[in-house]
Amino acid sequence: MSTLVIKDLHVSIEDKEILKGLNLTINTNEVHAIMGPNGTGKSTLASAIMGHPKYEVTQGTIEIDGENVLEMEVDERAKAGLFLAMQYPSEISGVTNADFVRSAINARREEGDEISLMKFIRELDKTMDFLEMDQEMAQRYLNEGFSGGEKKRNEILQLMMIKPKFAILDEIDSGLDIDALKVVAKGINQMRGEGFGCIAITHYQRLLNYITPDHVHVMMQGRVVKSGGPELAQRLEAEGYDWIKQELGIEDTDAVTEEA
Amino acid sequence: MTVETKLALSATEVRSFSQNNNEPAWFGSLRAEAIEKATELPMPTPDKTNITKWNFTEFPQHTVESAPFSSLDELSAEVKEIIDIEGQENLYIQRNNTPAFLKISEELKAQGVIFTDILTAVREHSELVQKYFMTEAVKVDEHKLTAYHAALVNGGVFLYVPKNVVVEKPLQVVFLNDNADASLFNHVLVVADTNSAVTYVQTYVSTIEQSNGQANLIEEVIAMDNAQVTFGSVDVLAKGFTTYVNRRAHVKRDAKIDWALGLMNDSDTISENITHLVGDGSLAHTKTVVVGRGEQKQNFTTEVRHWGKNSEGFILKHGVMKDSAQTIFNGIGKIEHGASKSNAEQESRVLMLSEGARGDANPILLIDEDDVMAGHAASVGRVDPIQLYYLMSRGLSKAEAERLVIHGFLAPVVTNLPIESVKNQLTKVIEGKVR
Repeated sequence: MSTLVIKDLHVSIEDKEILKGLNLTINTNEVHAIMGPNGTGKSTLASAIMGHPKYEVTQGTIEIDGENVLEMEVDERAKAGLFLAMQYPSEISGVTNADFVRSAINARREEGDEISLMKFIRELDKTMDFLEMDQEMAQRYLNEGFSGGEKKRNEILQLMMIKPKFAILDEIDSGLDIDALKVVAKGINQMRGEGFGCIAITHYQRLLNYITPDHVHVMMQGRVVKSGGPELAQRLEAEGYDWIKQELGIEDTDAVTEEA
Repeated sequence: MTVETKLALSATEVRSFSQNNNEPAWFGSLRAEAIEKATELPMPTPDKTNITKWNFTEFPQHTVESAPFSSLDELSAEVKEIIDIEGQENLYIQRNNTPAFLKISEELKAQGVIFTDILTAVREHSELVQKYFMTEAVKVDEHKLTAYHAALVNGGVFLYVPKNVVVEKPLQVVFLNDNADASLFNHVLVVADTNSAVTYVQTYVSTIEQSNGQANLIEEVIAMDNAQVTFGSVDVLAKGFTTYVNRRAHVKRDAKIDWALGLMNDSDTISENITHLVGDGSLAHTKTVVVGRGEQKQNFTTEVRHWGKNSEGFILKHGVMKDSAQTIFNGIGKIEHGASKSNAEQESRVLMLSEGARGDANPILLIDEDDVMAGHAASVGRVDPIQLYYLMSRGLSKAEAERLVIHGFLAPVVTNLPIESVKNQLTKVIEGKVR
């Protein structure tokens, strides 16, 4: 079992503090949903865990099995087992999807122990079929000219090929139609199990109809303010966030803006 | 402005060079007249690069003697890599100024295709060469360097594809430079007659570190009605050359040219690539990639000029600059009056890898007709940190992520080169340069 522990995390972007002491612990074999109104720092959390160059961690710790994540470069975090399915994946011209995924897999292997081309192709074909992706997408340039839905599927394809210990899904459901959402959820559910933990960040309960979380956390004003089981998500869907604000005495005055 | 220049050869010397080569009288006269003009004509004035102090005229000797190759086994490993030794059916190798190897398939001969070195062609196909040599595309008296070139031509290729002949497999030429005192006044003349199709791929490769010579290269492509020409070139000339390279196409009715140019010289270089879309419905794709490094100064002008109605021109130029390299990219789409329904598009992008490098992208649209389409995009910037973050978030090291982004950036030409070995060579050259 692996564990990702986030303690007292404070994160700023351009000197504006977004996360203000966030605590969260996730084990493999668990799916956590993080919900919350716009601008509460959900995506900032995802970016800070992965090491986005614009986000500065000013206080707190992130550890994976006791290893200090904050001291790692972005690629080292990936190799330590972290994966971020991004809200807005970059487009890279001239680099095919297939070549990129193979490089990513081989980056985790020793020199001389690279995945064989045949085995890689078999696995890629199988996974693309599973995600109902057109085979020609393997030879297209990475995310270039992909529709929003294609990009999200492509993130899940990479996730399934790379097989990380922890995946963070940053609003994987935004802009997806219901069929694409089902496919994406199918991919995540396929990954669920002993060696895999997941943080699903979302505005909408809808995603959680397809990916049933073990734990649900509500973020407001840069902190986790309430945690519970799947029933918490259902109550949020039905009643919104006002009852939590009232319960905890939170006022909206200093809502923070979230970087896309 | 008239500039008197003392040139390396006199008219008498040029004429006797021509006679020693048994060239026909018209070519000897063309040379002699050209050298006279070269003394008087002004230098070209590439936009935004001052070349007044560049030395384009002095060189150690006009021609050097090199041994031809009796078999491809004699080639160095570096040159062998460029050629599919078994599979390449049509191949010409020029070693410095010497025609060193020629292989042409029986099929091509039977179809009437002419593929030979330019000076042999001047003797053996005199009328055909005379008709197109610096008459339609490039003119002798454009400026000092075109005239100088005409006077001193000492190598190159003539390729003629007759009417209705479709050459399926690419023809390959290697210009090998392994003598530091060699100067290259190569003239390539490709004539694709009506309804024909051909793919021509050449490589300039220096196996010396430093040259003392000149490279004054003119390449002309004439695509007659409905002809299709693909012209690929990978230039890797050594430091020390002063390189002037002029690539020009005349594209007639419904004809098409595809340029795929990997310009990887280590020399200071002035490159001009102009396509005249003369005929209605003609089409040009020009794709150019460049890597500049060291103290190199380069100027790349790509122009597509529309004369025919419904003509379409697409310019793509991508450059990577490192060290203290300085490069100017001029992209010009020009639509002449009467070329209605034409479309001129261009994209110029420069990627800067170091603080000291300089790159300017100047997109220019000159339009003298109302009913047309035109567009341009230009950018100069660094490797996008968000792209690197994305790639690194999948486990790629920073160096590997940068390598992928740079290769991707230069891919448009690499993927368009129709010979696998040349493609691989360009990839390797890029690898070596951007490391």
